[in-house]
This record gives sequence, C-alpha cells and structure tokens, in this order.
Amino acid sequence: MPDALFAVTDLHLSLPDMTKKPLFGAAPRIEILKGLNFAIAEGEITGIVGESGSGKTSLGRTLIRLLKPDSGTIHFAGRDIAAIGDDEMRPLRRDLQIIFQDPFSSLNPRKTVGTIIASPLLLHKVAREGREARELAQEVLTQVGLPGNFVSRYPHELSGGQRQRVGIARAVALKPRFILADEIVSGLDVSSQAQILDLLMNLRAQMNFTMAFISHDLSVVRRLCDRVIVMRRGEIVEEAETATLFEKPQHAYTRLLRDSIPLPEVSDGWLKES
Amino acid sequence: MTAYLDIANLSVALRRGGRLLRSVSLRVEPGEVHALVGESGAGKSMIARAVFGILPNAVEIIEGDVKLAGESLKHMPQGARRLFIGKRAAFIPQDPLTALNPSKRIEQQICDRLVHILGLSRKDAHARALALLGEVKITSPERVMRLYPHELSGGMRQRVLIAAAFAAEPRLIVADEPTTALDVTVQKQILGLIADMQARHGTALLFVTHNLGVVAKLCQTASVLYAGKVVEQASVQQLFSKPQHAYTRALMAATPRYDRPEESLKPASPELIAALAREVADTDAAWAKEHQHA
Repeated sequence: MPDALFAVTDLHLSLPDMTKKPLFGAAPRIEILKGLNFAIAEGEITGIVGESGSGKTSLGRTLIRLLKPDSGTIHFAGRDIAAIGDDEMRPLRRDLQIIFQDPFSSLNPRKTVGTIIASPLLLHKVAREGREARELAQEVLTQVGLPGNFVSRYPHELSGGQRQRVGIARAVALKPRFILADEIVSGLDVSSQAQILDLLMNLRAQMNFTMAFISHDLSVVRRLCDRVIVMRRGEIVEEAETATLFEKPQHAYTRLLRDSIPLPEVSDGWLKES
Repeated sequence: MTAYLDIANLSVALRRGGRLLRSVSLRVEPGEVHALVGESGAGKSMIARAVFGILPNAVEIIEGDVKLAGESLKHMPQGARRLFIGKRAAFIPQDPLTALNPSKRIEQQICDRLVHILGLSRKDAHARALALLGEVKITSPERVMRLYPHELSGGMRQRVLIAAAFAAEPRLIVADEPTTALDVTVQKQILGLIADMQARHGTALLFVTHNLGVVAKLCQTASVLYAGKVVEQASVQQLFSKPQHAYTRALMAATPRYDRPEESLKPASPELIAALAREVADTDAAWAKEHQHA
C-alpha cells in the first residue's frame, strides 16, 4: 500500500503470565499477538474490535511502542520501529499519541487542565516557554468544545464527558500524525458519546490525523471508522472496509459479534436465537 | 392482582438539600420485566437501593412508600424488615466480582443464603445449590461449587449470581446493569438466561439499564428517568413506536445503530436541556407549594 502510515508484518508479542510465576525464576510467557499483518492508511480511522482478551489493547500499545514486540516489523512512516530503543523512540513520541479509556485515572488529579495539556507541549518543544504553552492549551481547549478558562480547573471538577475532552485536547495539542484511542467512549452516556464522536469526526476533518479506534462496540465503530480489523485470540479474523464488513461479513465470528448486538427495536425471539 | 413491587409517590432527599428522587411511582407485576432507563445520575440505582432499604446515610425517604408483595416497608422494624426483604427480593449487581466474597468458595456463598433465608439444612442446601447451578447452565456444577470467584470468567460469575438471586424463590429481582461489563456475545447469553429463569419462576424483574437495545429485547414495560423524575412510563412496544417525551426521543436519537449508519447521531440540544431543567424546576415548585400547608 503506497500511502500506509503503518505497515505491520508478522507481529508477535508475548507477555509474562504472572499468575503462573514460580517463586524463583521467570514466569512462563503467554502469546498475546500471533503473527499479525496489516496496514493503516494515512488519514484513515481504523477500528480494532474484538472481545475482552482478544489482544486489541495490546496491539494498540505495541503500535505506539509502549510494548516491545518479540518479532516482526512495524513500519511507521517508512521506518521500522519494532525493535528500536527508548532514545530513538523519544523524538517519534510526539507523532504517536494516545487517548485513554478512563479519563479519571489518566489525568493527574493534582495538576490543572492547563498543566496537563501544556507539559507535553513544552517537553516536545512545540512551545518554547510556559506562557506560550498555556496559550496553546487554551486554544486547543476551545477546539475540543471546552471554555478556554478551563485551564485553571482540576480534573475532579469536570464531568466524564468534559474530562474525556481534556484527554483528547492533550493528544491533539501536539498535532500528532497518529492517535490511538482505546475505548474512549465506553464509560460515557449516549448523549456525551454522540458529542465525542461528533468532535472526533470534526477534528479529523480539520487536522487530518490517522487514528486507530479500539472498541468493543460495533455500533460506534460503524459510525466512525473507515476500515475495521476484527480480532480474536491474538489473531486477525477479518479485515475490511467498514460498510463491507457490516453488510457482507466473511467470517462467522464477525457475524456473531454483529448479531449479538441488541438493536433498539422490539422483536420477540431475538434472545432465543443463538 | 397484587404487584410484587409497588413504589408509590416516592421522594428521596439529601438530609439537608434537594430531592434526588421526585415522586417516583412504578409497579412491577408478577412475571413482568420492567426497565428502569436513564443516564448516569438519573437516580436508577437510588430506586434500587430504596427497594432494599439500603439508602446511603446522607439520604432519607421524605415521602411515599415501597410495597413488596403487597406489604409496606415503611413501618416495619429494622430486623423484621431485613428478613422480610431477604425472603421476597434479590439483587443482581453490575459487577459480580465485588458482589462475591473473594475468600469463600461458590458453594458456601450460595448455601449460606439458603440456610439463612429458607432455613434449609446444609445437606439440602447443597443439593439445591447444585440444581440451581445446573439451571443457569453451568456444565460441571460440582466442580464450580468448589471454586473461588477469581477462578471464574465474567460470564460464569454472573451465572453464579443469577443462581444465587433465584435461590430463595424471590417474588422480585432487581438487576442493576448486570450485563454492562460483559462482551456482547456473553451479554446475549446472560440476557437469554435471565429471561428464561424469570419466565419459569414467574418472578417480577426490575431491570436497571442505560442500553435501549436491552430494553427492547428483554423488557415489557419501562420507566424513563431523568433527574430523579419519571418522564415517561409505557409499554416497551409503545415506547419504541411512539415515544412521548422529548427526552426519550433524544436518547434514541443519540444511540448509534450499526444497521442505520446514514442516520446522523444527535446529541441532546441545548434547547432540550433547558426545557428539561425547566420541567424539573416546575415539578419542584408545584411540589413545594403542595407541601407548604402540610
């Protein structure tokens, strides 16, 4: 694929199984990702779906090199980042941002919203000094639909939806090429969820970033994503354009996932189908 | 017919402060599944807690009554009330891991309840617990009885709690978002199981959820809750074909559906939020006026 931002080949990841660790010696390893091949095109939103334990979060974290794969390649913008060290990763971090599921635990409760957004700007030298960073923080807050004066608020003063906007602001402030969004609307009520999805689509149109959107909710993925990767037990069972995947799922597992979603319309007997 | 659950005009308030539940009335008949729908903070769980008489300390019932199987809980003495509720109602929580005692085997957790509430002997309780685990389609009940909660998957834990809930043949079961933390495929199995058990035992079920899909597939009647007030109460058929309240319609418009990707999602409009705030304020004003003379 010519315009791939990410090209992944034969990606393997294993992690130590701490529940089986002997008192002395190393824990046995569990295979988490079992040889994945896929690409993420520049400017697209790719949904990564699957049930708990399927490896979707581990895959996301390996992509942005929060985890180190055992083998395989991860080409990001043409460069293989699968095995490079922390020092070499550091300059790339600005372009690989993440938004977390739970904005409660991912925002430092002792820091103001302004500081939370400004410190990565200073770290990556996007802003030269504190005042500039603060002004940029205000700007990006208005971009995500929050009042600029929220810079002096603390996370606990905000609602769940507002907090998630801060998480988004922190990530997009750096104008990264790639954003990993891991279950970012799962904890929200439907009306906040609809607002956040709206916001993501607008931001994407303005800023043209590439995104991997990890979710267990196929209805949300149907709305937002251009392509979808379906995972099960560390393997990709199906990958397709969103419309194709939903209308003509090739794999029985994809069909099962789709058909297990209760649609908001009354129909007797749905619960009895299996 | 006596409703198994009859909440009449229930208002709950902070000891010093405003109302958290605003004159809520709802009934659940034998064999009926009633949905309690609303967003976080609407008061869904507060209603569930009022039924079991376990409201937080800072909160009290200031008006209205809860009747369980025809009897008012209002003037019952504390000790008698606990046993009365324990015999007639059971609870299925959202998070089975915190609801189960991590240091006790599954067997003990189900049997304790049977011994306590039904007064069975240990031996009878064991036999009944085995039968119950079979009924919730756990394949090797003998083995599961000896396990600890952490050794079970999320779906299995929820099955165990369903078995425990039905153990003492309650008239009413309150389920508080029991499938929210589960994968969709497991959710469907668990919903099917709950529906099945409920129909077989003729239990009344109050099902707390924020998921309109679950309401449509499982429930027969529903109350939509906003800011502690029931804004709409209807049969599920009617709720989905002709939603009456603007808030119900807004909830539906904000819910994404994989089968209708072209429909744009509509977050609640500022006008609607203002209208809802006004409606709540008007309700409170009318209520305050009525209670001036009392």
